[in-house]
Amino acid sequence: MEQKENVLEIRGLRSCFFTEKGVVPAVDGIDLDILEGKIIGLVGESGCGKSMTAKSIMGLLKYPGRIADGHIWFDGQDLAHLSEKELRKVCGKDISMIFQEPMTSLNPVLKVGRQVRETLLVHDRGMDKNEARRQVIGMFARVGIPEPEKRYDSYPHQLSGGLRQRVMIAMAMVCRPRLLIADEPTTALDVTIEAQILRLIRQLRDETGMSVLIITHNMGVVAEICDYVYVMYAGKIMEQAETYELFDHKTHPYTKGLLDSIPRIGKNPDRLYTIPGVVPNLLHLSEGCAFSNRCPNASERCRRVKPELCEIGEGHLARCLSCAPESMEPRPEKQSESYENTPAAAELPDAKNAVSAPGMSGKLRIENTVKGGGTL
Amino acid sequence: MKSFLKRLLGTIPVLFGVVLLIFIMLRIIPGDPVTMLLGEHVNQDTIDRLTEVMGLNDPLPTQFFNYIVNALHGDLGVSYKYNREVTDMILEALPYTIKLAVLAALFAWVIGLVTGIISAVRQNHLADRLFMGFSLAGVSIPIFMTSLFLQYFLAFKVKLFPLTENGSLYSMILPAIALGWNSAGRIARMTRSNLLEELQADYIDTARAKGLRQNAVIVSHALKNSMLPIVTMMALQLSSMLSGAVITESVFAIPGIGRLATTAISNRDMPVLQGTVLFTTVIVIAGNLLADLLYSVLDPRIRKEA
Repeated sequence: MEQKENVLEIRGLRSCFFTEKGVVPAVDGIDLDILEGKIIGLVGESGCGKSMTAKSIMGLLKYPGRIADGHIWFDGQDLAHLSEKELRKVCGKDISMIFQEPMTSLNPVLKVGRQVRETLLVHDRGMDKNEARRQVIGMFARVGIPEPEKRYDSYPHQLSGGLRQRVMIAMAMVCRPRLLIADEPTTALDVTIEAQILRLIRQLRDETGMSVLIITHNMGVVAEICDYVYVMYAGKIMEQAETYELFDHKTHPYTKGLLDSIPRIGKNPDRLYTIPGVVPNLLHLSEGCAFSNRCPNASERCRRVKPELCEIGEGHLARCLSCAPESMEPRPEKQSESYENTPAAAELPDAKNAVSAPGMSGKLRIENTVKGGGTL
Repeated sequence: MKSFLKRLLGTIPVLFGVVLLIFIMLRIIPGDPVTMLLGEHVNQDTIDRLTEVMGLNDPLPTQFFNYIVNALHGDLGVSYKYNREVTDMILEALPYTIKLAVLAALFAWVIGLVTGIISAVRQNHLADRLFMGFSLAGVSIPIFMTSLFLQYFLAFKVKLFPLTENGSLYSMILPAIALGWNSAGRIARMTRSNLLEELQADYIDTARAKGLRQNAVIVSHALKNSMLPIVTMMALQLSSMLSGAVITESVFAIPGIGRLATTAISNRDMPVLQGTVLFTTVIVIAGNLLADLLYSVLDPRIRKEA
């Protein structure tokens, strides 16, 4: 099969909230690759940092949050260190984003057609307005909006939730992006609409060859649409694998918990499984594994030693001591102090270590993924 | 349009109620207009005759009915004190009040909106602190104080402006600032807080994700949404200014509606007082209607329900 390249490579990204109480590392040194034409899932509970990751890419972090460290490589540019002006040229054109709440993500006082047209005009100032209108109506038709001519002049409140999300998708697609970031695109929609929207996203991917990063807490969505999955917890990647591999050989107790929490007709006992406990407070992380206080298999060692990502199969990595080589020694790590003292560069070597731990570069790893994913 | 007509019809009972209330109140308070008009030393015959001519012997409902019928014809009665048509007196005072109100409103809107927007964009910076300090002063210092201060320093000490109204538009600037400062402060504070709130909205993220510049995000997305309640406030402020700025007009000796009303009170000139209050009511109701209308122009959601 043909060699595919990464559209986006995130390396050692740390995005923190710099609050008065201390530094909250919402995204804590993650590496993530988005391969051309693939749909990548980023899964986790609320507050695990998945939306923060997306917003870091788009430069949408709000005070007191900002990127503290790391790189976001796209097209030879590091989005994490791009000027606002340069980033604006990429956002909306090469990378676009759709949001969770189609109800509130559209401006209520502007016609939807105008809002979509705006994206075109921002990135091509010379474009004729009628031409832009024609393209928007064409895109409306493509994302399955009935009567696109008429809908162009509708206000958001005149459209159903599903239609609004289609408008959002049209807005994101109108400049033919190479990467679409979908932040919980179906969470606010009912289930039948959810399936339609997911099908639409996959169909658009097939037609345009763009990549998609889907952020979700729903393993059902992952099973439905994703080629490769990252499972995130407390700002870190806990497990990553191709979708089939992950579902068949789930390794990390957290992934198992997430998968067991999916209701299945006829299979579930009376009570749906839930992962006990809550997401830890990122201000006061324990020195060991972040999941140790909720993990059913946690040992004394788990509470002391920070696990690293280890390769456990082809393109399959997990951050758990149970699958790490026994030889792994606890690294003397001063967790919270180092964040407070040096929010920036000082942490970089750590993040690098984390990547190199399995002994291969990110690129190589992904090539493996593709070979393995040929049947997908 | 239909709902607007409905609103228009709904103002009739309000107007009727206000007129009735003033009518009754002015008849309850002590003091006889006839003696006020004629002075102390007149014989009883004259008093009786005048009372009869003025219709003060008619039963109250008849008096009220006559007043309403006449008012609908534009006849608000004759001033006891000056023996002139009240309608003429109001029309004479109106240009002064309009000049003052329009100047003050322009000052308030321009200054209020501009400083409010700047404060929101430069939140917690020096400009924000400065503007919010000024607006707080405008909101909290009573108008007669600001009027007197401005008059003392800018007109009496520095002699930049004439002390009182002298017929020129220039002499209206100082009173307009005194009257408009308060409104400007309110508008600035509301613009700032509304804009800051709107900038947190989800659709702002969408706009940013499109690659829009910060200024474009504010102007073409946040501002229109945050303007809805401010427009209502601006329309109401204009109508209250148009109905006569009693204090400002007194301090700067402007012969407007407010002055007309205060003089009428001290002269117990019932027809004039009745006329000015009726005029004020109409203006305030019109201001409310205007605000509603603007609201539905700005917000498509309201337009649709109409």
